[in-house]
Amino acid sequence: MTSCRVIVVGAGHNGLVCASYLARAGLQVQVLEALDNPGGAASTIGFADGYKVSGLAHILHSLSPKVCEDLDLYNAGLTMGLSLQTISLDQKGDHLQLGENTVSGEGLTEKDIAAYADFKRDFRGYARALEPLMMNKPPRLKDMDFPDKVTLAKLGWKLRFGLGKSAMREFLRVGGINIHDVLNECFDDDRLKGAIAVDAVMGHHMGPRTPSTVLTYLHRLRGEIHGPQNIPQGGMNQVVNALVKSATDAGVSIRTGCRVSRILVSDGKAQGVELESDEQIAADIVISNADAKTTFLGLVGTQELDAMFAHRIHTTRTAGDVAKIHIALNSLPVIKGLSIEQLGQRLLIAPGMRYVEHAFNHAKYGEYSENPVLEITIPSLSDSGLAPPGHHVMSVCATFAPYVLKKGWDGNRSQFLARVVAVVGQYASGFENQIVASQVLTPADIETEYNIAGGHWHHGELAIDQSFMMRPVHGTAQYDTPVDGLFLCGAAAHPGGGVTGIPGHNAAQRILAMNEE
Amino acid sequence: MIQTFDCCTFCYMREYDAVVIGAGHNGLTNAAFLAKAGLDVLVLEKNEYIGGATASLELHEDWKYSNCSYVCSLFRPEIYQALNLGRHGLVVVPLQGSTTFKQNGDYYGNYHQLTVRRREVARHSKRDADASIRFDADLMKWCRLIRSFLLRTPPDPTSFKPRDVMEFAYLLKSFHKLSESQIYEFIRFFTMSIAEYLEEYFESDVILAHFSGGSIIGTGLGVYSPGTAYVLLHHAMGDVDGNVGSWGFARGGMGSVSKAIASSFEAFGGEIRTEAEVTQIRVEGRSTRGVVLASGEEINASIVVSNLDAKRTFLNIMDRKDLSDDLYKRAQNFKIRGSSGKVNIALDGMPRFPALPDGSPLTLGHMHFTDTLERLERAYDDWKDDRWSRDPYVDTVIPTQYDPSMSPAGKHMMSVFVQYCPVEVEGGWTDDKRDGFGRAVIDQIADYSPNFKDLILHAEVRTPRELESEVGLTEGNIFQGELTLDQLMFNRPFPGYAQYRGPVKNMYMCGSSTHPGGGVMGAPGANAAREILRDLGKPNTAPEDFGDD
Amino acid sequence: MERLEAHDFNEVLQHSPFHARADNLCKLKNWTSWNGYQTARFYDTLASEYFAIRSSCSVMDMTPMEKYRISGPDAERFLARLVTRDISKLRVNRVTYVLWCNDDGKVLDDGTIFYLKDGEYRLCSQHHQLDWLLISSLGMDVTIVEETREVAALTVQGPTSCSVLTEAGVVGLDQLKPFRIMHTNLNGFDLMISRTGYTGDLGYELWTDPDNALELWDSIFDVKARGLYDVRPIGLDALEMVRIEAGFIMPADDFNTAETTVRADHDRSPFELGMGWVVSFDKGHFTGRRALLKEQGRPIRRRLVKLMIEGNKPPKDSFLYDRQDGRRIGTIKTNIWSPILKANLAMADIDYQNGSPPSEIWAEIYYQKELEWRATWAKCSISEKPFWSHPRRSATPPLPY
Repeated sequence: MTSCRVIVVGAGHNGLVCASYLARAGLQVQVLEALDNPGGAASTIGFADGYKVSGLAHILHSLSPKVCEDLDLYNAGLTMGLSLQTISLDQKGDHLQLGENTVSGEGLTEKDIAAYADFKRDFRGYARALEPLMMNKPPRLKDMDFPDKVTLAKLGWKLRFGLGKSAMREFLRVGGINIHDVLNECFDDDRLKGAIAVDAVMGHHMGPRTPSTVLTYLHRLRGEIHGPQNIPQGGMNQVVNALVKSATDAGVSIRTGCRVSRILVSDGKAQGVELESDEQIAADIVISNADAKTTFLGLVGTQELDAMFAHRIHTTRTAGDVAKIHIALNSLPVIKGLSIEQLGQRLLIAPGMRYVEHAFNHAKYGEYSENPVLEITIPSLSDSGLAPPGHHVMSVCATFAPYVLKKGWDGNRSQFLARVVAVVGQYASGFENQIVASQVLTPADIETEYNIAGGHWHHGELAIDQSFMMRPVHGTAQYDTPVDGLFLCGAAAHPGGGVTGIPGHNAAQRILAMNEE
Repeated sequence: MIQTFDCCTFCYMREYDAVVIGAGHNGLTNAAFLAKAGLDVLVLEKNEYIGGATASLELHEDWKYSNCSYVCSLFRPEIYQALNLGRHGLVVVPLQGSTTFKQNGDYYGNYHQLTVRRREVARHSKRDADASIRFDADLMKWCRLIRSFLLRTPPDPTSFKPRDVMEFAYLLKSFHKLSESQIYEFIRFFTMSIAEYLEEYFESDVILAHFSGGSIIGTGLGVYSPGTAYVLLHHAMGDVDGNVGSWGFARGGMGSVSKAIASSFEAFGGEIRTEAEVTQIRVEGRSTRGVVLASGEEINASIVVSNLDAKRTFLNIMDRKDLSDDLYKRAQNFKIRGSSGKVNIALDGMPRFPALPDGSPLTLGHMHFTDTLERLERAYDDWKDDRWSRDPYVDTVIPTQYDPSMSPAGKHMMSVFVQYCPVEVEGGWTDDKRDGFGRAVIDQIADYSPNFKDLILHAEVRTPRELESEVGLTEGNIFQGELTLDQLMFNRPFPGYAQYRGPVKNMYMCGSSTHPGGGVMGAPGANAAREILRDLGKPNTAPEDFGDD
Repeated sequence: MERLEAHDFNEVLQHSPFHARADNLCKLKNWTSWNGYQTARFYDTLASEYFAIRSSCSVMDMTPMEKYRISGPDAERFLARLVTRDISKLRVNRVTYVLWCNDDGKVLDDGTIFYLKDGEYRLCSQHHQLDWLLISSLGMDVTIVEETREVAALTVQGPTSCSVLTEAGVVGLDQLKPFRIMHTNLNGFDLMISRTGYTGDLGYELWTDPDNALELWDSIFDVKARGLYDVRPIGLDALEMVRIEAGFIMPADDFNTAETTVRADHDRSPFELGMGWVVSFDKGHFTGRRALLKEQGRPIRRRLVKLMIEGNKPPKDSFLYDRQDGRRIGTIKTNIWSPILKANLAMADIDYQNGSPPSEIWAEIYYQKELEWRATWAKCSISEKPFWSHPRRSATPPLPY
């Protein structure tokens, strides 16, 4: 049996971030990755001969600037791309273009345009007020330690004095409600409301009317505090490459193609891991970048856990609703009223809130959306290496495609793809004939390919009852777990998913702080 | 005694200490506590009857019915005791159990006998029978916590006034009594959907459906909407003589509740005028002076209390210029969603329910006909699209089985509460559409009772529109505003206005739009009275919580 | 889905398979509910039933006791993780007493594990536990079946219990050691006998198919009919007396079970119940282990103790003080008058200070004489051992009383 100080299970971006921090603090860190390449959801895959695309994450919303700086990612090759506009497609060609503070488009009223700026300003304000909760472990609500008190004090201060009395009241009101009501209060234009609603529901098992969608919207929006959404130069893979470089420079050793089958526990303490090859590696600290179900129910096993804790992990809602669809095209799609430059932006198909809500209705009953909500990028426009000359790849996040399809995904992937193609075809005529190859990754496929239980973007629904000090469940919400020496560092932990690096950062801080005690 | 004054000059001469707008149960409760403190109080009611949504009216010759609210459990016993309602004629008889019929001809019976109920749950799932022990204990934890806030004024979390800080500390202390994991579990309960919450306990479809129903009654949300688990408390935390979660009939219909409060109020020297619709709250300077009636008559009063919901209060009977832009916008954005309908039916005899064994006591309680969460959620989907539910969730009771005062002997009155019915259907409501809605409801019941339709002597169908125009609840919302997180506690009805005081001096709110919200509870009325008396420097007459340690 | 078979809503309390006989003998029809079964509190007089247990032979219907069949490849792993006790040394045909806790180390219930055969166990418990057992079975290859109704059970306790059962036709019973199981055949039907009980006396528990219930009952009472030994049915009240004498705890009466506890801190850990001896930290993980390890490192805050109260006034529901009119330090949970010890015995919950019990304990007793209430003080002492025990409980073969 070999041994090392720290093992990180999974080389997803959070695992790499966490490993990097620990190595920089002088710990000996080994990262073990089941797949052949590091990067997890952010890595590039080939899906057809000559066509490549970023596997799951295709836009960078909110990589923490602190992480970038601390880990020196800019020197390790990461260069942010240009600000990506969001363009919500309209069948008549009256597309809306949504920027950070501005929105434009045929038929928009002055009132809505002005309201958009106010809305974004207010909501960025709320997101900023929540910031103390983000870069720290979520505070416990009883028997809190000093850092918890500091976090809460900062949060209280930001809410009361950062926002001011009336904005704080407004925040307390909208905090728990749905985006549908808020948008109806603010705007008249259906297209605009639909486009904003997408940011609140994409990646979640929620429709615009689902209460708590304001919080999911804020989760998405918080990236904008630090910079616009973009595709890094060279594609999402550059984030992974930079992280790998930063980690290995700091002394982290990364082993790919070795699947951890068990986290070894005895006497209530993590002792190391066992690989699928039966090789055992001892360690003082084991950190799991995997989701909570995989970590606890799969790798640790219920035998080493208390019964109700295991039950709570088991009942966390982790069923994903977004299918990732990759389409190889022999030419650029033609969308009426869109320039090539605009085609390179983030395109949405969500023409109204009712459209989005209807799409969600199906998911509640184990059906895929008749008319799915789509987020589309054409990454080959910014990275020509992804497709043969003249050809293009389209990367689509399509929701809702439930993890458990009542009629089963086998044999129904192509039906869903047909729905997606038909919907895109309503905006891009002749689209169907441009398709050379395609790939559909349903949440069930994402589960198998990426070892994420439920195939959920966030490793678990970002509902209030699964957030903050209840993420993934209470009892293991501060990165440490009931098993001594075992930690969580992935999206299952606070504050959840997205390529942010924050769970990895927070987990590393937590481990270092506990080490000092 | 209810008096109708013809002589307006008399009124002009008189200046009341307080007028209460609306003789709903909260208005009457509020008035009673003010009168008990020695104030000269007048209650003004637009209808010819008192009670608002808590009234017993004639349905059919010799048939009485409760017009809106139809069962009683949340009414605070503290208020009952303080206003001596028993002596003023109120009798609340516990209801016996409930049942959900299944589409396959079976049923789940929530018998009031505990041992029988346990066997019945076990019949559907042995595991669920045991899980219900865990569920009951957990629900009781949250009931205890929330109940202790009912008869208190919510603190303003943005305020640094000693009273708010103290009250906030009380709130935190209540939480601190819980263990750390209980705190998290409470937050989860408070924010989860009822379906997902129950699924952590139960596995049987019919049991999940049966216990979910209470969470959507009166609410424009579905069983899978976060926040609905909490609504369950508004149907579960009530008690009849200590039996938590049990419901009761007010003998003679819910009107008996308002009658008893009115009688208590009058015994304290209070005065009620019916057919006196208030059209405006008069404001001079930054203070109220009284009200103006539809007849043009003006009534002077030092204090004006509105029992109307927040929208009606601020948008209908207050002058726009007396409201800040912020408050006006908040009133406009206040969520009152009409989502319920009612069908009241006079029956020539007792309908048969062949699924139940002969002599089954289950018809004595609530009857439901929706046996899966999916059917409940689909009923909500219809409503989201401005349609009434094609497969509606109905809460059906036949109180005449043991209340002899509401129908001729051997005849029955059935009260059907329906979820969901939209305020506006596509293309607007017509009489035809209303009848279509009624038919959907009657068909739902008739599917389980073959002789039901033949027994119908008269059916009165009420969509949110009728409920609004008759009872005066905006959109017919039974809670005077959704019980969602944004509209609870210090956010109810609006942040900054949660302490019963209005935007101008001497103006107050006492309806269900204020904390702790809807249900025939009386708490908003009592809490508002406490605040008013406090401002007047008078001794408090509103009761404290009995407490529970 | 098929319509499930309905049950009779008029039968508020279920009848056990022994009901026909019990109903005949129960003179006062003094029924109460035990887990939903119609159960006698006593049949004749409490005294005669008590002395049947301590001096001759008593029979009690214990069918309502919750029974679960636990089987499958992971059955042992499952039980080891469920209960606090080390059961790795439990062999087939043996029985052991266990209790189990929730994650916080608070006791959910207690009971006995019967190791029936390889990979198959029966767990008997006082309260409904299926939900918790299934929650605990997550990730384990184990089948859990509630079989309370499917197994008829009688407990035969008292100095002549072995003799009575032998006369009734059981062969080889005298060789059965305490906490052992034997399978036998009585009048053509299969019978399982364990030398277990809740009385602190010599006694056996008999398990069989409900179809054989009445025959089993009759063959035992036939020994009485033949004039050989006295045999009496006993109810719950007599059992309560002897179990307190023997120092056995009763979940939900002596302490709140964790699952039903609503108020924080109203539940109890094994240490607080004086049951630390069934907690084993070196046997691998079990639910509640982490919490209990933590608790073990701190001075104990309170304990359920066996309390002997001087005098003859019943300390029912009494408060306990550290001296007369002193500081309140606890309450009596259950109490009895012990006819054999001529003393008031009680289970009491007492606050400890710095890990030790108070040096003095006084009970304030309210009692009534001809409808007039009086108050008195009685000194109490903690008994670490059972109040009463007898060597015949564990002697093999038992002496033929």
